[in-house]
Amino acid sequence: MMRFDSALGLEARRGPLATVGKVLAYAFMVIVFTGPLVGLLVSAFNKTLDPTAFSLWPDDFTLENFVQAGKKNVYHYLFNSFVVVGFGLLLQMLVSVFAAYALARKKFRGMAFVMLIMLATMMLPEEIIAIPLSLVLADMPIIHADLIGTYAGMILPVGAWGFSILVMTEFMKEVPVELEEAARIDGAGELRIFFGIILPLCRPALGVIGVFGFTMIWDQYLLPLIVAPESSMWTLPIALRSLRSDEEVGIGVLLAATLLALLPSIIAFLAFQRQFMRGLTSGAIKG
Amino acid sequence: MTPTLTQARSHTVTPRRRPKRARRRGTLIAWAFLSPALLLFLFFKFIPMFEGLRMSFFEVRPYLGDRWVGLDNYATIMTDDAFTAAIWHSVLLALGTTAGSLVLGLLFALLVEGPARYLWFIRTAAFLPVVTTMAAVAEVWRIMYHPADSGMVNSILGWIALEPQPFLASEHSSLLSIMGMNIWRGTPYDMMIFLAGLVGVDRTLYEAAAVDGATTWHRLRHITLPALRPVFWILFTLAAIRGLRVFVEVYVLTNGGPNGSSEVLMTLIYKLGFQKSELGIAAAGGIVLFVATLLLTVLVQVMRRRQNA
Repeated sequence: MMRFDSALGLEARRGPLATVGKVLAYAFMVIVFTGPLVGLLVSAFNKTLDPTAFSLWPDDFTLENFVQAGKKNVYHYLFNSFVVVGFGLLLQMLVSVFAAYALARKKFRGMAFVMLIMLATMMLPEEIIAIPLSLVLADMPIIHADLIGTYAGMILPVGAWGFSILVMTEFMKEVPVELEEAARIDGAGELRIFFGIILPLCRPALGVIGVFGFTMIWDQYLLPLIVAPESSMWTLPIALRSLRSDEEVGIGVLLAATLLALLPSIIAFLAFQRQFMRGLTSGAIKG
Repeated sequence: MTPTLTQARSHTVTPRRRPKRARRRGTLIAWAFLSPALLLFLFFKFIPMFEGLRMSFFEVRPYLGDRWVGLDNYATIMTDDAFTAAIWHSVLLALGTTAGSLVLGLLFALLVEGPARYLWFIRTAAFLPVVTTMAAVAEVWRIMYHPADSGMVNSILGWIALEPQPFLASEHSSLLSIMGMNIWRGTPYDMMIFLAGLVGVDRTLYEAAAVDGATTWHRLRHITLPALRPVFWILFTLAAIRGLRVFVEVYVLTNGGPNGSSEVLMTLIYKLGFQKSELGIAAAGGIVLFVATLLLTVLVQVMRRRQNA
């Protein structure tokens, strides 16, 4: 009897023709999906003066593009990006684990309402509220602070994210209630239980919301565009547009800066691949 | 371990008093833990949302005070040629991207399904576009789409003896070119979700079908595809919503040009709001986008229910 590890049963076909077909198809896939990224990696170190010189083949290796990038403030933009993603992610993860603890481990009046709020925020793309958000940020209700042109303006709005709260909630529900009760009988307080028992057991889920939060905040575009009208506060992604051509090195600076903007998310993904895939499927299938 | 613990509790706590007090205390603690998230949502999601709704009925004039205009802003959107064109472009872009990514995603998922180690490598490599920063990847594609004969994509077209294309530089191909990049970035995502769905298909059904002499096509048509139906709907909804609200890729690649041929709803709203200070109309545009998203989600849910019934 035939065994099937996949729908097409390709692994069972081992003839020379089938092998050639498979190799061609897989090579095509890898080239199409990674080609542009490899091309960027190579070209950023090439002496390229015009945009047609973007290529997959290295020639004339140089670091000149990265040196010139410094003169164009690229490393300052990179620094801004890291400030926003660093504090933003820290805040987002803290907010998420706190909220998830309440939703997963407590029964309270209004819980259905809170869940509804979480889902509503996920239904509401930030693009839609961009215009009014810019006014709210310029004059915060109640506290009357102006967050335009500040790091806080880019950090606080990404502080609460429905996706990461829900992923964390699902995970915290799995922690056996006996552990919590045992600690309670031993006289442990609420924070002790939270930090000492629940959180350490949720380490895998912290990886999931960490890597998703990182890519989400790093990819922010419209928000920094609204919050940072002055170039001194730009993050790297929004600075790229202004680096398009340079008299001295052509598009070299743009290529170097683009590479620097791409690498962090790719590294985060490769380092936390398992957590990423897990969050991806749980998020899409459930949400 | 479990029985001892529950026993211990019933001994130490008097049954009557605990539930009510514990519940009230639990509620208080729960709201305390939730408060940071709720506060942030209030300030950065809900207040802007209601502010946007309010603004959409006003002519917004900073320092002068807003003037009530009723539904005028919405009327402007519905009758203005630029807006109707932008809505049309958004819908086309969303549909094209969604359909392209779904079909290719399914195809590639079927190709790379399986436990082999090299397939895992191919899946990981193919997935990279999904995690890339949109603005950066759009710059890469802008360079690759360079309209001269020597531009990267044109060189490749040259190898297979095709005419060089103007891509982003022409009114006729700008929207299609953006769609091409979006499909490139959307396909691996759909592929991964389809793969997760494929894992759930009962292997014994394949074997039984093979024993009955079914061809590969029959197996796909009658076992695999029906099993993937729920995944398909989820992906369709997600992609369509994402497609309607595109901003970054258009802003970076063409900024709506040439000659408005790739202007989408969000780039137009951005221009109205931040460059022309037509805040009321821009806010109304946001509301229209929100309603469209909501309608689409509800519509898909209804269709899904009907199909399952």
